Amino acid sequence: MGSTSAQNGTPEQGGVGRRNLIKRSAALGLISVPAMGFLSACASGGGDDDKSDKPKGEKTKDNPFGVAKGGKLDVVVFKGGYGDDYAKAWEASFEKKWGVTAAHTGTQEITGKLQPRFNAGNPPDIIDDSGAQKIKIDVLNKNGQLLDLAAVLDAPSIDDPSKKVRDTLIPGTLDAGILEGKTVALNYIYTVWGLWYSGKLFKDKGWTEPKTWDEFLAICKDATKQGIGGLAHQGKFPYYINVAIMDLIAKKGGLDAMKAIDNLDPKAFVGSDAAKEAVEAVYEVVEKGYLMPGTNGLTHTESQTRWNQYKAAFITSGSWLENEQLKQTPDDFDMKFMPMPLLPGSAMPYEAIRAGSGEPFIIPSKAANLAEAQEFMRMMLSKEWSSLFAKEANSLTILADGVDPNVKLRPGTQSTVEASKKAGTNTFRFLYTEWYSEMDTEIQNASNELMAKRIQPAEWLKRAQAAVDKAAKTPAAQKNHRS
Amino acid sequence: MRKGQYTFVTGFLILPVALYLVFVIWPYIQTFGYSLTDWQGQSQDFSFVGLDNYVALAKDDVFLGAVWHNILYLVFVPVVTILLALFFAFMLNAGGRSKAGGVAGVAGSKFYKIVYFFPQVLSLAILAVLFGAVYRSDSGGMLNGLLMKIGLVDQDQPVEWLNEPNYVLWALLAVVVWHGVGFYLVLFSAAMQSIPRDIYEAALIDGAGRAQSFFRITLPLLWDSVQTAWVYLGIVAMDMFILVSTMTAPGGEFGGGPDHHSEVMSTVMMRNFLIFGKSGYACAMGVVMLLLTLILSVVTLRATRRERLEF
Repeated sequence: MGSTSAQNGTPEQGGVGRRNLIKRSAALGLISVPAMGFLSACASGGGDDDKSDKPKGEKTKDNPFGVAKGGKLDVVVFKGGYGDDYAKAWEASFEKKWGVTAAHTGTQEITGKLQPRFNAGNPPDIIDDSGAQKIKIDVLNKNGQLLDLAAVLDAPSIDDPSKKVRDTLIPGTLDAGILEGKTVALNYIYTVWGLWYSGKLFKDKGWTEPKTWDEFLAICKDATKQGIGGLAHQGKFPYYINVAIMDLIAKKGGLDAMKAIDNLDPKAFVGSDAAKEAVEAVYEVVEKGYLMPGTNGLTHTESQTRWNQYKAAFITSGSWLENEQLKQTPDDFDMKFMPMPLLPGSAMPYEAIRAGSGEPFIIPSKAANLAEAQEFMRMMLSKEWSSLFAKEANSLTILADGVDPNVKLRPGTQSTVEASKKAGTNTFRFLYTEWYSEMDTEIQNASNELMAKRIQPAEWLKRAQAAVDKAAKTPAAQKNHRS
Repeated sequence: MRKGQYTFVTGFLILPVALYLVFVIWPYIQTFGYSLTDWQGQSQDFSFVGLDNYVALAKDDVFLGAVWHNILYLVFVPVVTILLALFFAFMLNAGGRSKAGGVAGVAGSKFYKIVYFFPQVLSLAILAVLFGAVYRSDSGGMLNGLLMKIGLVDQDQPVEWLNEPNYVLWALLAVVVWHGVGFYLVLFSAAMQSIPRDIYEAALIDGAGRAQSFFRITLPLLWDSVQTAWVYLGIVAMDMFILVSTMTAPGGEFGGGPDHHSEVMSTVMMRNFLIFGKSGYACAMGVVMLLLTLILSVVTLRATRRERLEF
């Protein structure tokens, strides 16, 4: 036993000892392991490939984009709550009609799979850009990667060639895909947002659908007394509680209050009475202890499943909820949708709902098979394909009367159909979520703090306003405007 | 060297060096290049903005908070893991006293060694799910359920472990330590077993207790292993990406919540890179991370340098 200074000496003296070598490679590892992973994520391919000559079809009235036989189509679909069987059914139908070979990818990793392809200039032809890992539309658009869909929307409709495709859609459903004045995404699924409850639970307890916020609080109180939570929300994803806050703002203050937020008004939150009352109303639920215990820290499936187990009276969500919870929902649950209850002196009626479209389909401007992609999208907006979708995915599409009456819908979806009939033209839809990802995130963070009782409504308003003011400084703010 | 030997050696080296240059060094350089642009990550159009990204970074509270959290992890992950691993390893190898008066582990040490290693077998993704259930924020969570049973937590006010600014970092630290201790225990055990028994026996005869034989004999002879462990745990602490991004509430995508209280550099970077379309800015973060890790590894190795003993 003794000192090993000789072995431990400098390389000039005696070379690198075995342990030194291990030590050094470990040090190198410390540098390169994390750094490489993250840095190489930044590195991109690059370079465009030349598009080879493809067969070109003749443009006719039935074939407005000139699809040729023997062409190809590369479809990427988000495989989420709606699955991807509907897309496979579409592709089969497309292949049969046009003699085009369609490649199908159903995935949840949209960003991981597609970002390198966008960067390298060889994106797929049509993409359902949805889910947690979607590539944000605003980001894609800023980079000039999205095709203006005007040509598809102005093409003749398949069901009635005397009409343009755009005139066969539910009014307002294209709004969410408009960025900087152009329609760059087709949000295909008709979605409504609001509160959900169990018809069975309400019947058992003798509750009725609350029309005002006070009635809503009364049910929450009664529920809490009986050991059931009042309101549940998907705490880990404050997106959902923002549905409640924002809908209250829109219904209280009217469309102007909503547009003030989307248009980044310096008084969108601070100085807006509607916003103040809405946030205070939601905070009242927190303060009085009407939240389902623990809901602030649960994921969407966890809290929704608790709600399915009658652990809470209400939950906020959009109309995908029923599909998402199919397996967890008891047979006699009788899922029901309802609009947000009203604050006193609201500008909009009780029936008003947030309605619009989700699940954006996009066509990359650099897609190799533009004609096929556009034709595919045109066919998506036919009655046949829309019914196929409703059947496979139990959801409505933005095509007006787009579902064959023979398709039977589940109770929750059926109740959204009724609610949107009652709402008529009293619908609204926030757009800041698509326009300004960063602002949306910051407001969500503030809401999470509010629900956890760590900040007060006044602080929430301040933080939300700060997010708006910050977004107003971005270049995109000059081009996004709604009137 | 004989003639031709250089050519021979070079021939073998060219391929790995080339691979290293293309897949390691070149991305580094590319990243540095991108960090000087306003690249948005979805096309090859961008313009040069000089050091703007770095200036903005210095004022970015979220990123600075994340750096601070990484530093906290850098202190606590290695210290706690190594201390626990050393303690257990010592108990398993030299903590007991065999009947003949020699040195051995505590009773059942072979069994413990296997059990302790289990966590290492699980991937971090599985751990995230597992501990997600442990930390679940309602009565269905294991911790909350237990605490409610023994009456420490009110049924209606469960502890939201991962949604509490004061707990979230520690909750995650516990997972990392739980995961790591078993591995380092085995590592240290192996090193301890190579320490000759007679040293311990000599100490025993001289009347050394467990603590003395640990601090005077085991630890000094183990220093190389500890140093290696320290460096590897440093890597873990600088990363933390998987656990933070899957277990914590999103401050936007990639976790970091509540309200950025568990943010680490990698989560902030990924969010800016992929979600906010600020890829050039994210690359600047990447470069800062590289610099920090470089500095830290040098400091770690310097600070732990010691006179070495041989046996």
